[in-house]
Amino acid sequence: MTAVSAIARRELWSYFVTPVAYVFMVIFLVLAGLLTFYAGDFYDRGLADLQPFFDMHPWLYLVLVPAVTMSMWAEERASGTLELLFSLPASIAQAVLGKFLAAWGFIGICLVLTFPIWITVNYLGDPDNGVILAGYVGSWLMAGAFIAIGACMSACTRSQIVAFILTAALCFVLLLIGQPQVVDFFQDSLPPRLLGAMGQLSIARHANAIARGVLDLRDLVYFFATIVAWLAASVAMLDLKRTR
Amino acid sequence: MIEADRLTRCYGPLTAVDSLTLRAEPGQVLGLLGPNGAGKSTAMRMIAGFLTPTSGTARVCGHDVRKAPLSAKRALGYLPEGAPSYGEMTIREFLVFMIRVRGLERDVAFRRFDEVVSRLELEDVLDQTIGTLSKGLRRRVGLAQAILHDPPVLMLDEPTDGLDPNQKHSVRMLIDAMARERTILISTHLLEEVHALCNRVAIIANGRLLADATPAELEARSRYHGAVSFSAQGSGVSREMLARIPNVSMVEVDPLDGRVTVFPRAGLPILEDVQALLRTQNLEVSEIQLERGRLDEVFRQITTAPREAQA
Repeated sequence: MTAVSAIARRELWSYFVTPVAYVFMVIFLVLAGLLTFYAGDFYDRGLADLQPFFDMHPWLYLVLVPAVTMSMWAEERASGTLELLFSLPASIAQAVLGKFLAAWGFIGICLVLTFPIWITVNYLGDPDNGVILAGYVGSWLMAGAFIAIGACMSACTRSQIVAFILTAALCFVLLLIGQPQVVDFFQDSLPPRLLGAMGQLSIARHANAIARGVLDLRDLVYFFATIVAWLAASVAMLDLKRTR
Repeated sequence: MIEADRLTRCYGPLTAVDSLTLRAEPGQVLGLLGPNGAGKSTAMRMIAGFLTPTSGTARVCGHDVRKAPLSAKRALGYLPEGAPSYGEMTIREFLVFMIRVRGLERDVAFRRFDEVVSRLELEDVLDQTIGTLSKGLRRRVGLAQAILHDPPVLMLDEPTDGLDPNQKHSVRMLIDAMARERTILISTHLLEEVHALCNRVAIIANGRLLADATPAELEARSRYHGAVSFSAQGSGVSREMLARIPNVSMVEVDPLDGRVTVFPRAGLPILEDVQALLRTQNLEVSEIQLERGRLDEVFRQITTAPREAQA
């Protein structure tokens, strides 16, 4: 465990010495605020909740999470520090977990920093803070799934740009797959069971379910399984690269 | 102790390391010598656990790198080629990170940190960002990282590459000082390094082990081994007279500076006979030298031999 926490601490620390963390935070916070007020009808809905705010998160993550994860392994590989890291007494799984936790923790910090909007909605009305908390949990879990995908893509390539594009594309597919328009499009060509399964794969559907304030075990299992699967794929990919 | 057991690594159709079997004991400094691209770094990367061998295995202090990689890595200090490190960190932060990953106890960590920092003379630059350091300093940081946990086995990939003569000297002193109770494997393509550091040499080319001997044994393979060379005023002594000495096989005169080299028949001593001849001829010899043998010549001879002969 010491190795995992040492790697996680170093990684998280490295976000803050390079401009990555600050650029990310500023853009995330500004966009989250702007989109909520201008695109999300925060006032006009007349409801004291943060639904429009959380609705924007998948699209923000789509662009911003790959930017955080693209360097995760690609940079270590390109600069040669991967050799150093893998000669230390930490398993690949520990290294993958450490880096994942760092990125996930970082997104967690960003989410915490959106507290002014929570204060605003509490000032303006009388929202259900339990639902808001659930919204945060759902958003954070969704970010975790995106990060795990990004970690795997970064492990696949030494080019950060390729890692960025692959991650964004995969996350986009996972977001779209459950949208009504997409489901409708495949209505006639796919058997209903497959269509249902497709819907179950959708990140947005599970995140929205949690954001409504219902912590369903199935949604938690979905996120947990997604994260574990992609991290396992990262470990396998890094291990495979040692043999080739 | 380091053991390589038929260690093999292929990159597609290319065999970078071909059934390499090696063994280095505590107290030994084994130099892995070979031309660029011989497979030195690939072999080291497999022993360090960064690359998986295609076949065969290696053991560090008895721990198999494939079956017990973490135990093997705990016993190993490794300086990868080019001494990579996290450029955005300061030296202090980097070493603290290494201490944490290796899970050193607090009191041990403090003691080792101070020891390593003073040994590599890093006190004054501890809070400098590694990315801003000179090549020599970066190499020293890499060395500091490798010896931080006081490992019984050290593996250094080209430890003095890119250093100036003073830095080379201090790194060699450091390795020398650590050699007594440790097993040290260094790779190099510098022959002077072999002389300065190693008590055993393994020459590899095209991934194969071609020679495994002490530097003296390798020198003995040179045609210069036991040869006598001298510079003399005037050219009163003729090549024929030298060549008539019973054990002399050949005489060469350097066309540029007139230095004469007298080669013996295999292994036979000729120094006294040559000196006696020079005395009888009343020559003013400004300098005379008994050659130990030339490693560079042996190296060339071994590594450029046709492949069939190597097999």
